[in-house]
Amino acid sequence: MTEQTDQPTDRPSGQPSPDFWAALRPTTTARVGLGRAGDSVPTRRLLELQAAHAVARDAVHASLDVEAMTAALAGLGLGDPVPLTSAAPDRATYLARPDLGRTPAAPLSPADPIPADPILADRPGRPDLAVVVADGLSALAVHRHAVPLLEALLPLVPQLEVAPPWLAVQARVAMGDHVGAHLGAAMTLVLVGERPGLSSSDSLGAYLTWGARPGTPDSARNCVSNIRPPHGLDHATAARTLASLMEGARRLGATGVRLKDRPDALT
Amino acid sequence: MRYRQALAGRTFEFDGLVDLLGRASPARSGDRLAGCGAQSDVERAAARHALADVPLTRFLDEHVVPPETDDVSRLILDRHDTDAFAPIRSMTVGELRDHLLTVAVAPDAATTLARLGPGLLPEMVAAVSKLMRNQDLVTVGAACRVTTAFRTTLGLPGRLSTRLQPNHPTDDPAGVATSVLDGLLLGSGDAVIGINPASDSPETVTRLLRLLDEVRERYEIPTQSCVLTHVTTTIDLMEAGEPVDLVFQSIAGTQGANNGFGVTIAQLAEAHAAVQELGRGTVGTQAMYFETGQGSALSADAHHGTGGRPVDQQTLEARAYGLARAFDPFLVNTVVGFIGPEYLYDGKQIVRAGLEDHFCGKLLGLPMGVDVCYTNHAEADDDDMDTLLTLLGVAGCTFVIAVPGADDVMLGYQSTSFHDALYVRRVLGKRPAPEFEAWLQGVGLAAPDGRILDVDPSRSLLKELVR
Repeated sequence: MTEQTDQPTDRPSGQPSPDFWAALRPTTTARVGLGRAGDSVPTRRLLELQAAHAVARDAVHASLDVEAMTAALAGLGLGDPVPLTSAAPDRATYLARPDLGRTPAAPLSPADPIPADPILADRPGRPDLAVVVADGLSALAVHRHAVPLLEALLPLVPQLEVAPPWLAVQARVAMGDHVGAHLGAAMTLVLVGERPGLSSSDSLGAYLTWGARPGTPDSARNCVSNIRPPHGLDHATAARTLASLMEGARRLGATGVRLKDRPDALT
Repeated sequence: MRYRQALAGRTFEFDGLVDLLGRASPARSGDRLAGCGAQSDVERAAARHALADVPLTRFLDEHVVPPETDDVSRLILDRHDTDAFAPIRSMTVGELRDHLLTVAVAPDAATTLARLGPGLLPEMVAAVSKLMRNQDLVTVGAACRVTTAFRTTLGLPGRLSTRLQPNHPTDDPAGVATSVLDGLLLGSGDAVIGINPASDSPETVTRLLRLLDEVRERYEIPTQSCVLTHVTTTIDLMEAGEPVDLVFQSIAGTQGANNGFGVTIAQLAEAHAAVQELGRGTVGTQAMYFETGQGSALSADAHHGTGGRPVDQQTLEARAYGLARAFDPFLVNTVVGFIGPEYLYDGKQIVRAGLEDHFCGKLLGLPMGVDVCYTNHAEADDDDMDTLLTLLGVAGCTFVIAVPGADDVMLGYQSTSFHDALYVRRVLGKRPAPEFEAWLQGVGLAAPDGRILDVDPSRSLLKELVR
């Protein structure tokens, strides 16, 4: 057994040792050293947690500002953004029915025929890259990071023919499969608001899919997540990773596990 | 077989046990998503009437998931103990509810229920739970006693244990150590100190495993550590001589869903044998740690049963317990609110599911813990968690999760906190596992009556843990 502490005593409640925990807080974002009010969390710490939850919930339920996002996406010079709505009529249905968030409200006809192996050559009129911006579970993430990420990414992939961007509301990642198939795009990039955590309500995820079509399994995608400067991944780094994934996908003719397991395919 | 029930001037028909179980289940979003829940309250009430009249022997003949195509079904049927089943063989599902509630108030309840467990198929337990109110689930859950041991003894009367969960977004050792210290100072960690690593790489897992083992050795803490990584990684780590106490794996109630987790029954058996061989426990030999949760089969699109019909998520969850009990686990944890509102929409559904899972697991003989938790896109908050935590404390839950300030900064969800554990122990007169409580007292963190003292960390020897 280890030695006893010197004179353990019950101290007045709610009196943490500020200096002690202050030195440790830089090591973790966890809510350590909260102190005690009896056996419970002191008032100020309780209010902080509830405030963080409120911010996260507001992010989940916030509506995408379609007008502002359309204007911002138009500024990328890729052509007029195309609006798209999922089959989920409202946010509550959207949260309970992920299947509806993966389906367009009105069917999008696939390009005819969907290329079985969308090799880049000899594909007149077919884009190399479709871009779909979707609210997912955080419109806030889309408002803050979608356009800056694309601004960082596009100069890194000048060789790609990029279709006008799509802006999808009440939409999950797999919505991009309908768009990619509709356009006959070789690759589809979906930028989507990730599920908010208490300390991260504006985290953007980027999913790249080769030859996307409805029913594509998640294992066939590559994901760059936690795009959320200054706390998470910054736009330039995320853009470089995506550009390198696109290069690898073009070389391999695939995304997903095959690409992830082949670091040599990445530049 | 078709089941019929007249109610409120209508006749309802149910096409087989799978259909009947789904329609009889308390409302939840996952069953709606799967298309197996009741269409109306009256249909649900009718299904419960019909289910109450189903003989238990029917479950031996009419399989919810075909054993021909599902190895979980085969395992469950192979291990069914007909001697234990004999006393209830002639009962219906409704009579089983009455029987359980009668036994639960008898003086030898714990012994009777423990003998009964091996005679029950998970599907029978799921069925009877659908006829039970929350208070019934609490009554029978509290009457069950399941005791397991490794370096601490869990499940003893009057005890409630915690998993100290010091997760960190980048697996930073200093950050993990800070959370471990915070938890120990608040009396948490007697079930396990268990980390969900952000990275599954063997190097990271090894580093975290050694960190926890060094802390445990240095302070002679009677507890066990675990880094919750895939079973195949843990098998490799055991072969490499790393300090593995418990083998962790997520499991589900169908072969297809387990495929989705990348795990087979053979791998579980291999890991079980390997960890038994290590023999690192001091007061017991149970060393498997399983996590489950309603909706995992549906999320893997592996929730279909006989006739290709979708099986309700609560019945599939009970089947996961049927799989777990084949490996004599030290801990089983249902991560009840983690999966999101498409499976459990709000606080009411999460509370109900937590009580169901605890009841089903305990009756099937498992040391059930519950991760009382919610995500930010569910209609739930900390008040709902207080309700479920309190109910589970009353129901004799073996352990709960404890994270700093209820906020898991790696997994991005809210669970229960170190403080929450202090609360529920205090109001219900519960104490940590005896070995761990004695250690807490020895290092000056607990009073003789088990109360956790509010000590100044800068004056505790444990503070060296973060240096």
